[in-house]
Amino acid sequence: MSAVEADPGRTGSRTQPTGLLAGPGNVTGGKSTAWWGMVLLIFTEATFFAILLTTYWYIRFSHGPVWPPDGIEKPSLFLISIMTPILLLSSAPMHWAETGIKKGRTGRLKVGLFVTFAMGATFLIMQGFEYHDLVKEFTPRTDVYGTLFFTITGFHGLHVLIGLLMNMWIQYYAWRGRFTAERYTHVEVVAMYWHFVDAVWVFILASLYLAPHF
Amino acid sequence: MALTVDERLEELWEEEPGLGSVLSTVDHKSIGKHYIYTAFAFFLAGGVEALLMRTQLARPDLHLIGPEAFNELFSMHGITMIFFFVTPMLFGFGNYFVPLLIGARDMAFPRLNAFGYWIFLFAGLFMYSSFLIGRAPNDGWFNYVTLSNHQFTPALNIDYYTLGLVFLGISTTVGSINFIVTILKLRAPGMSLNRMPLFVWAILATSFSVVFALPSLTMANVMLELDRRAGFNFFNVAKGGDAILWQHLFWIFGHPDVYIIFLPAVGIVSSIVPVFSRRKIIGYLWLALATMTTAIIGFGVWVHHMFATGLPTLSMAFFSAASMLITIPSAIQIFAWLATIIAGKPVFKTPFLFVLGFLFVFVIGGVTGVMFAAVPFDQQITDSYFVVAHFHYVLFGGAVFPIFAAIYYWVPKMWGHLLHEGLGKLSFWLIFVGFNLTFFPMHILGLLGMPRRIYTYHAGLGWDGYNLAASIGSSVLALGILVVLVNFLLYGLRRGAPAGPDPWGGDSLEWATSSPPPAYNFVEIPKVQGTEPLWDQPELRDIGFRARDVEMTLAEGHDTMGTTVVDAEPESVLTMPEATYTPIVTAFGISVVFVGFLTLLLPIIVLGGVIAIGGMMAWLRPKELPE
Repeated sequence: MSAVEADPGRTGSRTQPTGLLAGPGNVTGGKSTAWWGMVLLIFTEATFFAILLTTYWYIRFSHGPVWPPDGIEKPSLFLISIMTPILLLSSAPMHWAETGIKKGRTGRLKVGLFVTFAMGATFLIMQGFEYHDLVKEFTPRTDVYGTLFFTITGFHGLHVLIGLLMNMWIQYYAWRGRFTAERYTHVEVVAMYWHFVDAVWVFILASLYLAPHF
Repeated sequence: MALTVDERLEELWEEEPGLGSVLSTVDHKSIGKHYIYTAFAFFLAGGVEALLMRTQLARPDLHLIGPEAFNELFSMHGITMIFFFVTPMLFGFGNYFVPLLIGARDMAFPRLNAFGYWIFLFAGLFMYSSFLIGRAPNDGWFNYVTLSNHQFTPALNIDYYTLGLVFLGISTTVGSINFIVTILKLRAPGMSLNRMPLFVWAILATSFSVVFALPSLTMANVMLELDRRAGFNFFNVAKGGDAILWQHLFWIFGHPDVYIIFLPAVGIVSSIVPVFSRRKIIGYLWLALATMTTAIIGFGVWVHHMFATGLPTLSMAFFSAASMLITIPSAIQIFAWLATIIAGKPVFKTPFLFVLGFLFVFVIGGVTGVMFAAVPFDQQITDSYFVVAHFHYVLFGGAVFPIFAAIYYWVPKMWGHLLHEGLGKLSFWLIFVGFNLTFFPMHILGLLGMPRRIYTYHAGLGWDGYNLAASIGSSVLALGILVVLVNFLLYGLRRGAPAGPDPWGGDSLEWATSSPPPAYNFVEIPKVQGTEPLWDQPELRDIGFRARDVEMTLAEGHDTMGTTVVDAEPESVLTMPEATYTPIVTAFGISVVFVGFLTLLLPIIVLGGVIAIGGMMAWLRPKELPE
């Protein structure tokens, strides 16, 4: 490769500012651009959930005193009281994996990602069982309650699924050894997304499952 | 052999010319030009739709166009102008000029930038393909239920609308996220937030508005599509749904969208006013604050679009007050511009004429806007031609005049040739006179009781003369736009005098490099010390051509500089991606998915999904470790 030279008389040996290292969007100071991008994606995604939950409450308050309507049972809290801790706690191994790779511990990364995946998948499978029972009683076509219940929980389930796909995808690259203590942006943003998917569930749980009992 | 720094940068940044480069480019300047070309094509399409409508309405009892076609024309006119022209056009200028204005070499996410463009193009083609089967959206640009539900519009017209806008929303969202990260992280050292050009402030405010407003439109369209195609009940009153819910969700997006359209245009005005007034802008801080305030208050006024739907008086009073409040930041901006012009020594070149035209037209639109904030007045004239007159004064005045100003101001930078000044002045006067002749009589028509969206009217209602005037005006306006186009094709692209780096004596960094700028924008990343870097720091005038400080050239790789969010202290060197086909492949896959949802064919959806996910995986895969 040819040498780099400035204007005549201005030749310098270094061409990078002092104290800054080149790296692929990586951390020589501050957060990466990918981190900022994910923060903003989560802002816009959170707005999606806020719109859905606002719609739920808008319809509920304008609907009259009986909720759920049309003789539909209040949502059962049995399955959900197992699913919720599984999903919320799945953030812990994800965090453990992320802090692990930041110290260069690739083993922690692989184990943490796998445990998170297993817990997230368990949540999704249990949601499948819940749906299987519920559709015997009502579907999205039954009335606006069914529409809201299945759309909101389904939209969240879709996000869990996307989180699982991203998890699988970075697990693959974790086994290929692409992440190190200096290169972990992918892990960082996928972990952030996963924490978001977990956190938003709290609001759905409160609105759709708990509130009708009060 | 040793290369000089600019030759080295050239080698690192230049993309191979040819068709491959058009499809694979990640250069913000090429993508910006693609946005502008495509958006202008949609502008012409929307303009033709408008001319057809004005021809039909020129005389009473005409039947050139039937009522069904007329419904499609006014719907597609609104959809095109709002979603496929103004925002993409302003995003095009943003794409081209934000990195130049902040002294960066590209956007923060160059591939995402290309992806956003392709989604915009494909969504536009998707929406316009509805004409091929004669089923264009026909329920107006705000697509109210219940008219748009399955029962009353069973054909594909509305599915094109809902799917097309969800599709386009991907582009607008990723574009906005890209702008925010670029503006927060890639500013040249020293360009702290309080030194950012006002155009960049405006793009930042707009982008935040998009991030929080657009989900409402997208979700409303998803709900409507589920209602229409899968029998869901969001808007089905018989099963407990709510028809007014659509209007809330639409306008929670729709009113911030007015500012999403208007704010970048305001940023253009704030860029042009000081340059042609030959002095610093007065009230920089006030203008920046007004920009952000407008974006925020814009989220609290949506109900003023719904005063006639029978909402509680208390809520109408609240939204009426909020709507009046928003005039304050607008007025601050107007007075800051006027003060700058009065205190300066104005030079009346074409870009400046369009800015003056903007001030005149936009103030009239603002005055009728305040009238709408008053509930009783609004209820009296809602859905009349007065509304049509008002929002054209605001949107054409508030956005299209500044867009033309930007064309005359920035085309010399983008293509390297000055536009013809005589033709420029001619086009301004044709557009200014044509615009007012078209839309001013509509105020009177509305007060006389003419409803909007009717395809014809009987003679003898006292509407004939005003309608004829409006139709003649629309032709004058079209002629003016044609002159702009001719001026661009003839002079802007080739025959115009060479622009040189700085034809206007500008104050911001884009004028410190050649016209058009090289692929790497600047040989040296500038160190900025004020709000008008080129006026305050004459040494920056040659950063596009030679390096004073070799450390600031970042010529070791395909790099630009990352700085801190508030103070823009140097923080990191960011290696930027090379040209790639992954964005267009991903965008194509997503298009196939949307075609699948339109036709309800599962194999097409799956095929598109596989292409899109494959494209994304190739695009985002972690790079191999350096050995």
